[in-house]
Amino acid sequence: MNLTHHFTQLENFGHSLKASCYRIKIEKPDDIYEAFQLAKKSGLTVTARGTGISYNDVSLNGGGIVLDMSGMNRILEWDPASGVVRCEAGVTLEDLWKRVEPDGWWPPVVSGTMKTTLGGCLGANIHGKNNFRVGTIGEHVTEFTAMLPTGALVTCSPQKNADLFYAMISGLGMLGVFTTITLKMKRIHSGLIAVDAWPVPNLHRHLSDLLEHAPHYDYIVGWLDTLAKGTSLGRGQIHAANNLKEGEDPNARETMKLSYQHLPDRLFGVMPKSLLHYFMNPFLNNAGVWLINTAKYLASLRRHTFRESHAEFHFLLDYVPDWERSFGRGGLIQYQSFLPKETAEDAWREMIQLSHRRGLPSYLGVTKRHRPDNFLLTHAVDGFSLAMDFKVTDGNRARLRDLLQEFDRIVLNAGGRFYFAKNSETSAETARAFLGEETIAKFKKLKQRCDPNNLLESDLYRRIFKDIGL
Amino acid sequence: MSDAPKSAYATPLTPRRRGLIIGASTGLGAALAQKLAGQGTSLALVARSTDKLDALCRQINAAGGYALAYPHDVCEYDKVPALLRKIVAELGGLDFVIYAAGINLPPGGMDRYNFENDRKMVEVNLIGAMAWLTPIAEMFQSAKAGQIVGISSVAGDRGRVGNPGYNASKAGLTTYLEALRNRLTRHGVNVLTVKPGFMKTAMLQAAQGPTPFAIEPERAAEDILRAMQKRKQTIYTAPLWRWIMLIIRHIPSFLFRRLSF
Repeated sequence: MNLTHHFTQLENFGHSLKASCYRIKIEKPDDIYEAFQLAKKSGLTVTARGTGISYNDVSLNGGGIVLDMSGMNRILEWDPASGVVRCEAGVTLEDLWKRVEPDGWWPPVVSGTMKTTLGGCLGANIHGKNNFRVGTIGEHVTEFTAMLPTGALVTCSPQKNADLFYAMISGLGMLGVFTTITLKMKRIHSGLIAVDAWPVPNLHRHLSDLLEHAPHYDYIVGWLDTLAKGTSLGRGQIHAANNLKEGEDPNARETMKLSYQHLPDRLFGVMPKSLLHYFMNPFLNNAGVWLINTAKYLASLRRHTFRESHAEFHFLLDYVPDWERSFGRGGLIQYQSFLPKETAEDAWREMIQLSHRRGLPSYLGVTKRHRPDNFLLTHAVDGFSLAMDFKVTDGNRARLRDLLQEFDRIVLNAGGRFYFAKNSETSAETARAFLGEETIAKFKKLKQRCDPNNLLESDLYRRIFKDIGL
Repeated sequence: MSDAPKSAYATPLTPRRRGLIIGASTGLGAALAQKLAGQGTSLALVARSTDKLDALCRQINAAGGYALAYPHDVCEYDKVPALLRKIVAELGGLDFVIYAAGINLPPGGMDRYNFENDRKMVEVNLIGAMAWLTPIAEMFQSAKAGQIVGISSVAGDRGRVGNPGYNASKAGLTTYLEALRNRLTRHGVNVLTVKPGFMKTAMLQAAQGPTPFAIEPERAAEDILRAMQKRKQTIYTAPLWRWIMLIIRHIPSFLFRRLSF
């Protein structure tokens, strides 16, 4: 194989990072084995990549080999009676829900976009708007197989090779490459979901409502107006939803059809949504976002209840195709912090105020309710998360970097954690501080066992984990 | 290898370009390396002289830059593919390359001829460039991204009495770069041909006769970086040479044959 002809420039989801790598298309587990051999022979490192929509550098490997897993996208077994599905790692959430939904099932945990692959979902151990109730996706995996850099094909479950199971899920692709994944779907009795939406006037109410209302819902998520100040700081709107019980949807047969779950590709039935991001661009500045946020908040003041399709409720990020391009040439970054319920309010108030003082407000804030889990590199806490999107420009990079470093300090002092699928600026020191020496030592041992020659390296691995001694 | 600083990682808020300079240890190559390092570019520097290369890398790294040293003789064509792969891996990617290796070995007078010198110049100035730019062009074409900068010379614009071998080597390089440009522009790759006039470097001593408008290599480096940013096709440095060469290129042969420069 002539690697030269595989040289490709890859990006992160936010178009804010570029890396030139040798991309090799993978179609079967043997291809992974051959790629490992090739890497060893050529003195290169290897990273697996699904659809490449992480916000940071977890699936980039500048100057090294990137395994394009999107071709391993077969759903191998689907049992509509038990709801258990076995898939190749390159199957996306879109492939998955479109297969299982008409049979009355839904993936137990989904991200805000359906474009993610299962391999990537496991590597980052993603969570959804139901994290407080059902945990991360890893908690619904009954078994997976993975190719280790040693060439061994291992099968892991909570019972078998449990140490690898809990480390490879959340392990950011640093221990092996997922080949097949078995997971259990969740039963649904309608293609619709019942949503309650209500406003919250400030940060205190925002978080206390998330906390108090979560037990009554299957899903809960908040929109936070990141530009509101003073007594309105942290105001926003909460969307909480419940799956319908059997019999609650008289048209269940209709609504369960795939065509019903279709996200419309035109706005108001006229404008193609693929063009929408061009029209959003002029609003993505401090004044424009203030205008939009204020209007959105005022519109949310009417408390209302409605039903919408699962796809509409879950995949907000897919609603406007290429929306991330509206952030312009510098792209965007996301800063997501996870804080214990006791310290979140003070820490986030301080962070939001700091961003205002610096003239670097976030343009989108999203809150969720979380619970801890048993995975080794876990990001979860018993508390909340706040994800903030920032626009990157040539003029604000240095100031934004300083701001995020102060955010890191505030979050660490408040006992918080970070999520490597999102944050792109986390330093090795910050990672060491929140992961803890014990976790790092455990992971290091597994890394040595699975990958003695350090064949699996991503830009993320080199940037953070190599420096903390892995 | 020189002791490189620990971190040269790119993040969205600390983007890093990654560049390779061949012929980096002295003169224009070294000036380009210094300036690019100052802009936060991660650099791989290739040159024949290990000592000079190490000293340059130490200097850049001590000043907070990031430079890796790769001693190599550009005439060792067969070693290029493996070395390039190693460089791209250690650098963490490749965004641009500058081929600045060049020698000028004059025959020593208008009535002297020296095949050995001519061959050496073609080997370094032209074939060395082909050896490096062939795999790089293939990679950039595949990636649909990248920038190639070739340091040619005003000497390639016309064959003159003083140094036929040098003229030929640089004319060959200019034409080679033009051909690469015509192949690669459609793939989103920029190819910049740089034609310096006289520069106050060691090579100036090789010049036959007067050396008007000679500039410091630092100034030429600034011109080149500006042209790279604007993704230009061809520049002269100092810019005045564009007009001088316009005239020289149009001197009719019956007249040019009688001139002695």
